Amino acid sequence: MPELSRDEVRHLADLARIDLSDAELDHLAPQLNVILESVASIQGVAGDDVVPTSHPIPMTNVFRADVVQPSLTPEQALAAAPASEDQKFSVPRILGDEQ
Amino acid sequence: MSTWIHATAAEQADALAAGTVTSVELVQAHLDQIAATNGDLNSFLHIDADGALAQAAASDARRAAGTPLHQLDGVPIAIKDVLATEGLPTTAGSKILEGWIPPYDGTVTARIKAAGLPILGKTNMDEFAMGSSNENSAYGPVKNPWDLTRIPGGSGGGSAAAVAAFQAPLAIGSDTGGSIRQPGAMTGTVGVKPTYGSVSRYGVIALANSLDQLGPCTRTVLDSALLQELIGGHDPKDSTSVPGTVEGLVEAARSGAAGDLSGLRVGIVKELQGDAWSAPVVERFNESIELLKSLGAEITEVSLPSFVHAMAAYYLILPAECSSNLAKFDAMRYGLRVTPEGSPSAEEVMRVSRDAGFGNEVKRRILIGTYALSSGYYDAYYGQAQKIRTLIIEDFKKAFESVDVLVSPTAPTTAWTLGEKADDPLANYLQDLATIPANLAGVPGISIPSGVSSEDGLPTGIQFLAPVLEDARLYRVGAALEKALNDQWGGPIAPSAYAKEGN
Repeated sequence: MPELSRDEVRHLADLARIDLSDAELDHLAPQLNVILESVASIQGVAGDDVVPTSHPIPMTNVFRADVVQPSLTPEQALAAAPASEDQKFSVPRILGDEQ
Repeated sequence: MSTWIHATAAEQADALAAGTVTSVELVQAHLDQIAATNGDLNSFLHIDADGALAQAAASDARRAAGTPLHQLDGVPIAIKDVLATEGLPTTAGSKILEGWIPPYDGTVTARIKAAGLPILGKTNMDEFAMGSSNENSAYGPVKNPWDLTRIPGGSGGGSAAAVAAFQAPLAIGSDTGGSIRQPGAMTGTVGVKPTYGSVSRYGVIALANSLDQLGPCTRTVLDSALLQELIGGHDPKDSTSVPGTVEGLVEAARSGAAGDLSGLRVGIVKELQGDAWSAPVVERFNESIELLKSLGAEITEVSLPSFVHAMAAYYLILPAECSSNLAKFDAMRYGLRVTPEGSPSAEEVMRVSRDAGFGNEVKRRILIGTYALSSGYYDAYYGQAQKIRTLIIEDFKKAFESVDVLVSPTAPTTAWTLGEKADDPLANYLQDLATIPANLAGVPGISIPSGVSSEDGLPTGIQFLAPVLEDARLYRVGAALEKALNDQWGGPIAPSAYAKEGN
């Protein structure tokens, strides 16, 4: 079982959009390795003949008729927004400096 | 101090129907208890005194007019902070949702309101329901009413402690790997994880959608049955809701309390025994097994061999699902936004906000989930875990061919000391050994008190599991054992600092 390096943990944090500090990396990386080591035991337990289960009770997709139903007003939907403008969510710039 | 807080929910409902108490009196009594004890316990994150009293007054008016909405109309309830409540803060125990006030009710909240139960407030929990000790709450841990230096279990330590300390007769919990049942065991209360999909998850802040289930936290089996019947049933707003309604729960609890378990086949799970289980827990467990025999149950041992892999599978499936679920906390539409200096991009704001808003356990699980879902590792981890899930479901099916219910201790030990395992994720995960398989397979489970430990005087729990949609079996056997144990003890166990005189 390969050990996760500090750089690999930093990469995972990048993928998950979490800005971990150096101190957090020091703290979390060894713990992640302990957890991964404990779950690694499942590798190879089930063979190719075992069907994976994603959902405990078999179900098919559920659809409803495409009709308008009562929903939140724009004011309600925006009430908890960190910033809003003209009945829209206001977000920081999307593109980076280099784009 | 009013003695009404020591009555069960069923007794409070009967008293309301008989006119010997009003809902306003009941709600005030519980608010008084909360005011007197929440400083110590930290079980409530938000208390809605004015709202609960107004709802109680409306309930009393309905009773006076002869038009109560439900048997429990007017009986107060607490709701775990994982469920959306319109107009009341809902944080899921996280800083990232501090101050969020949902603009809508979850379905279970709506059903509680439609039945007229006054909502006392929102209960504390591990952040996003990740934890077995409540120490992962961003708002401080809940203390165990049996010993304030101990954890109350998790993630639903708030709901369990509230019920144990007579702050509420009823509470809603959520159980993804044991978060209703394990705190029940730690606090000497009853907790039920219903069949997956039988109680709506609409409005629940999801942890892991294929595992999450809302259910009741109470002091008696009958009260849990009353509450599960109230909140259960199909909901078109939850796309994984099972068709129909799980019925006959109250009836099963009442018939079980008559004490006859003749013909009931009970299987002790072979894989949930051994060195991991502390001697005092096993001692109480064995006593309960003897009582079950005396009530006519047939006890056998059954093997569910894939259970040994349940914890590893769970701690891959859950992080995988939660890493995807929690991506919605992106600081754009609601929740915490931290804007660094300069002219940061949306992605930079996201990264800084998520770092500031999530606690350590949430970060650990998001990172593990991100890893398990990465290309190159997917088959070895997440794919394998899903296959083990299949094996565990097959184990349950086979076991239920020869027994009606399965039984094990709920948790390996009694409540440990606050701080003892706070930064040791694996030690916490091991507490969920017995409760996790039910979530992986979607089967229902109940934990009831089995007594107090001969070593530390803290409560221990016993768990029963039944096949999917056979929740009624849990109530029958649970009520029968509860009655037999109470007869032996001379009444239900309760933490001495909060119990009524003479208990």
